[in-house]
Amino acid sequence: MKFTEEHEWLEHDGDTVKVGITEYAAEQLGDIVFIELPDEGTLVTKGQEIVVIESVKAASDILAPLDGEITEINNAIVEDPSMVNNDPTGEAWFFKMSLKNQGDLDGLMSEDEYKKHIE
Amino acid sequence: MTELKKTALYDLHRSLGAKSIPFAGYEMPVNYPIGIMKEHLYCRKSAGLFDVSHMGQLVISSNTQSMQFIANELEKLLPIDILGLGEDRQRYGFLPNKQGGIIDDLMISNRGDHYFAVINASRKEIDFKYIKENISREIDVDLINTRALIAIQGPQSEKILSNQIGELSSLKYLDVKNFSYKGEILWVSRSGYTGQDGFEISLPNSLCEVFCKNILEQDGVEPIGLGARDTLRLECGLCLYGQDLNETITPIEAGLKWAIQKVRRTGGEREGGFVGQEKILKQIEEHPHFKREAFFPDGKAPLRSGTKLFSDDSGKNEIGVITSGGYSPSLERPISMGYLNHNKFKIGNPIFGELRTKFFPMKLTKLPFVATSFKRN
Repeated sequence: MKFTEEHEWLEHDGDTVKVGITEYAAEQLGDIVFIELPDEGTLVTKGQEIVVIESVKAASDILAPLDGEITEINNAIVEDPSMVNNDPTGEAWFFKMSLKNQGDLDGLMSEDEYKKHIE
Repeated sequence: MTELKKTALYDLHRSLGAKSIPFAGYEMPVNYPIGIMKEHLYCRKSAGLFDVSHMGQLVISSNTQSMQFIANELEKLLPIDILGLGEDRQRYGFLPNKQGGIIDDLMISNRGDHYFAVINASRKEIDFKYIKENISREIDVDLINTRALIAIQGPQSEKILSNQIGELSSLKYLDVKNFSYKGEILWVSRSGYTGQDGFEISLPNSLCEVFCKNILEQDGVEPIGLGARDTLRLECGLCLYGQDLNETITPIEAGLKWAIQKVRRTGGEREGGFVGQEKILKQIEEHPHFKREAFFPDGKAPLRSGTKLFSDDSGKNEIGVITSGGYSPSLERPISMGYLNHNKFKIGNPIFGELRTKFFPMKLTKLPFVATSFKRN
């Protein structure tokens, strides 16, 4: 699993990567009540705001972790946003994407590096 | 940036693992580890303890004049019945400006030999200066900082508080009473801002931490932060100053006509005679076209403060704005309050809230979203 400074995790899933948010991010956001995901097939560039998350307190954006195309979205978390608080690194993944450059993934943080980042 | 002020419970909040935010110049807990949603639901079903020490506590008294004199003076500033507010009773009110806008909303009690007002944190210096400058010099106005203010709210609040300070069943909604605790006097009122039965307690700063620790040691009570305080008050349609109320909105537009007793309205025994009377009395008769309303967004997206309202889904015909909105933990859906311009909106017309360049349909509903449960009898 790889991590971004924006508290997303990325994991190989066949030809694509699966993306979600970390436990730390879910805890910081608090009780999540609304999620809006991008359409499948959307071309995204790194840093682009592509997901809206609303907690009880406030709205936040999730940014595209890398350049690529959204290939699949997890509608289960749209139906039940509290899944993200309960299982952020498991069942409550956000979307899958195919990367424009496979090598980009290597540039992200390892789990140890991410742990240091949030200390 | 100036350093944030701390309440007498600062250390306790930290030890309880609170997440803090700056609020009206104070570092205040927004939530504790269980989170806003669970805190909210816990308060609704059992009891919650709130630190509201950031709020202003005003003592209004006189060494030379009677309570009646003070009441008459206060009635020049507040459009509510102060003379008729009995000893040991509390009442909701507001300070209008000359245009009828609201300088602040407050709770005022008659404590026998003085009046005591609880005012909003963000407005306390403004209120203090305004009242002092506009009231007889024979009246002393004191913004006290030696006392903390806490609230215990929810159906179990009477039981939990009475274990600490004694029998409370004789107190009904908006009654006020002194209790002694460890040699000091607690000023207790049966009121609060969650729409539920509960109490507010003003007590010396030095006693506050030990008092709250003793409360929290009991079963059935959790500490509650400002996050859940906001969702609790919103569900019951209670206004938050700075969002739902400000100096350009009148109490009648805000739907607070009920707080202006008949005796102060046109035809009443002491009609008018208060700052802002022209506009306020006129609006009572005419019904303003700009009015606070309640909304249910159709979807799951919370439509929050600042969201513009339109009668079409293309943003052409603006009809109002949301002033408070969010997710209701009790109803498990988004809820919003805001203002509609009834000159541009007709009942039955569609309403859309603009969020992130999209237009979300919503429906007009009635306040409160969740029924209040005060102990009136």
